Amino acid sequence: MLQLESVSKTYVDSQTQVRAVDDVSLQIQAGEFVAVRGPSGCGKSTLLLMAGGLLKPDSGTVIVDGQKPYDLTADVRAEFRARTIGFVFQQFHLVPYLTVRENILAAGMAVTRSATETSEQADQLIARFSLTDRRHHVPAKLSSGERQRTALARALLNRPKLLLADEPTGNLDHDSADTVLGCLKQFAADGGAVLLVTHDDRAAAWADSTVRLEHGKRIDSESFDDDRPFIPHD
Amino acid sequence: MTIWKLALREILHRRLGFLLSVLSVAAAVACLVGAQTLLRADRVVTDHLLQAKQADVEQVIAAKEADVKKAGDELQDAMRKQMLGLGFNILILPQEQSRSELMLNGMTATMPEAYVEKLASSNIVTVNHLLPSVTRRVRWPERDRDVILIGTRGEVPIQHRAMKKQLLEEVAPGKMVIGFSIRQDLELKVGDKVTFMEQEFEISQAHPERGSSDDVTVWINLKQAQELLGMQNLINAILALECDCAGDRISAIRAEISDILPGTQVIEKYSQALTRAEARAKAKEVAEAALNEEKLAGAALLESERQSRRQLEQQHAGFAAMLVPLILLASAVTIFLLALANARQRTEEIGILRAIGLKARQIIMVFLSKAVLIGLLGGLLGLVPGFWIGTLVGAAETGAVTMSQLFESGQLMTTLIAAPVLALALTGLATWIPALLAAGRDPAVVMQQG
Repeated sequence: MLQLESVSKTYVDSQTQVRAVDDVSLQIQAGEFVAVRGPSGCGKSTLLLMAGGLLKPDSGTVIVDGQKPYDLTADVRAEFRARTIGFVFQQFHLVPYLTVRENILAAGMAVTRSATETSEQADQLIARFSLTDRRHHVPAKLSSGERQRTALARALLNRPKLLLADEPTGNLDHDSADTVLGCLKQFAADGGAVLLVTHDDRAAAWADSTVRLEHGKRIDSESFDDDRPFIPHD
Repeated sequence: MTIWKLALREILHRRLGFLLSVLSVAAAVACLVGAQTLLRADRVVTDHLLQAKQADVEQVIAAKEADVKKAGDELQDAMRKQMLGLGFNILILPQEQSRSELMLNGMTATMPEAYVEKLASSNIVTVNHLLPSVTRRVRWPERDRDVILIGTRGEVPIQHRAMKKQLLEEVAPGKMVIGFSIRQDLELKVGDKVTFMEQEFEISQAHPERGSSDDVTVWINLKQAQELLGMQNLINAILALECDCAGDRISAIRAEISDILPGTQVIEKYSQALTRAEARAKAKEVAEAALNEEKLAGAALLESERQSRRQLEQQHAGFAAMLVPLILLASAVTIFLLALANARQRTEEIGILRAIGLKARQIIMVFLSKAVLIGLLGGLLGLVPGFWIGTLVGAAETGAVTMSQLFESGQLMTTLIAAPVLALALTGLATWIPALLAAGRDPAVVMQQG
C-alpha cells in the first residue's frame, strides 16, 4: 500500500542545512499497522508528510496504492490524496468555525461523491466515535479526545486505504489515546494500512511493527505480537 | 458541505473583517452613486432653472413685442390717417400736365385709365398704393357753388405682392363723400340724398375739417365722374403712397415709373407728411431696437445663468472625477488588505483543507464566494445612502428634483444597476491576489508549523 524507496529530504535555509530524512526505505502492506518511533526532530513528521503526498522528497520514490503521487499534477494529487490517504495530527487541525459534523463533511468536498452518501457516512462516523451529542459543537467546545475523534472521523470519511497519524495521542489522556489507537488498529484490521509517527512507546506498542529513526536515518525495525489490549470503539 | 457554506461559516466566525469589507464597498458604491445622482440632479436643476428663466425672458419679450406691435399698429393707423388727411405723396401725371397750370387751375391733362392697370401689373417696387382719379373744379349747379370733384375707384392692387390695407375705400356708385366746408355750408349729413349735376347721390361719409382743399371736395365713383365730365376711360392722375421715399428715393421712383409708363411725370407732394411719417418710423425703429436690446439682454441673462450652472456642474463633475476614483481605490486597497489579513489569519485552516484534499481552485472559490457576498451586500447597501445624499445635495438649491426627472435620461438607472456589478468586480479583483496566495500556501509547511 505504501512504499518509500530511499527517500531523503533536506531543509535548507540561508544559514543551515538540515537533512531531516536520509535515505529511508519503508513498505507497509494493506492490513498492516506500522509505527515510526524516534526522538523529536529525528525526521518522523517529514517522513509522514512525504508519505502523504504533501512534501516532495529531494530524492527517492514514494508509491501509494501503486501510484507515484509526485508524478501527478497538484490538483490530481490533491484528489488522489483525498481518496486514498487520511491524516490525523497531534494538533487535531480542525477548522475552528465548523461544527463537528461540518468538519467531518469538509473532507467530502475534495472528492466527487453524492451528498447523501457523504452525509450518511459522516453520520455513521459521528455515531461510531460517540460524537452524536457534540455534532453541532465547534472544536472550541470539545475536549481534546473529542477533537481527535472528530479529526479521525474526518480522516475516515472518504474511506482511505492509508491512514497517516502524526503523534495522534500526544495531547490525549490514556483513555482517549487508547480509543484513537484502537481505531487505528481496527482500520488496519479492516484491511487498511496505518503509519503512526510517535515518540510514545505506549502508542507504538499498538503497532504491528515499528521502525526507528534517528537523525533522519532508519535504525532498525521490530515486530510486536498482537497481544496488546485493543478496545474497539463503536 | 459546500464552498458557499464554508464561506458563510467563516464570515459568521470573523464578522468584523467582513463588516469592514462590506462597509468599505458600501462607501465606494455610495460615493459613486451619490456623485452620479448629484450630477444628474445638477442637470435637472439646470434645465429647470433655465426653463424658468427662459419663460421669464420670453414673457418680458412678449410684453415688449406686444407694446411695440401696438405702437406700430397705432403708428400705421396714424400714418394712414395722416396720409388720408394730407393727401398722397406721389402724383403720377401726364407728361403734358404743366406744373403752373396744375397750381393755378388744377389738373387739366389726361392719360388713359389703363395706365394704372399697367402699373399695377408691373414689377414696381417703390410704390405701394395706387389710386387713379379724375379731378376737376366744377360748379354744383343744384347748390350754386364751386366744388372740386374727385372721381375715384379706390385702390388698384399691385399684382405681384400681397394686398396691403387700403388707404382709401372705393366710393360706391351713387354714393358721395363730402368735405367739411361743403357739409357745413350746405347743412348736409350722412344719409342725405342730393342731386349733383342732375344725378342722384347719397352722402355716405363726411370728413372732418382738414384745413386743405379737401374741405371743398366731393368724392364720387370714378366711372360716374368720368361720365359726368365726359372723360370716359381717362384719368388725370394716379395718386400713390410711396412708403420708401426718404432721402433721394424720388429719383429712383421717377426712373422706375418712367420705364413703365413713358410719357408721364412724377411729382412729390406733401413732404411735411413724409417728415412726420419718417419721424414716426424712426420712433418705431427705436422701439424695435429697444425690443432687440431686450431680447439680447434676455439672451445674455440666459447665457449668464447657463454659464453659472455649467461652472457649478463642472465643479461637481471635477470633484466627482477626483473623489470617486480615490474612494474606489481606497476601497479596493482596504478590501485587498483585509483579504490579505484574512488569508494570513486562515493559514492553518487553509493548510488543513489543502491537506485533506481540497484543490487550489476550491480554496480560491472560498475566497471569491466571500468576495461576491461582500460585493453584493456592499453594493446594495451603498446604493440607498448614495442615491439619497446625491438627491439631497443636488436638490438643495431648488428642492424641485423629482424621481421621474432624475431617471428621465436612463443614465442614472444604468449607474444604479452597474454599481453593484462594479462592486462585485472591485471586491473580486481586490480579493484575487490574497486568494491566490492562500491557495498557493504549502500545506506541508502549515502542518509542520502546527
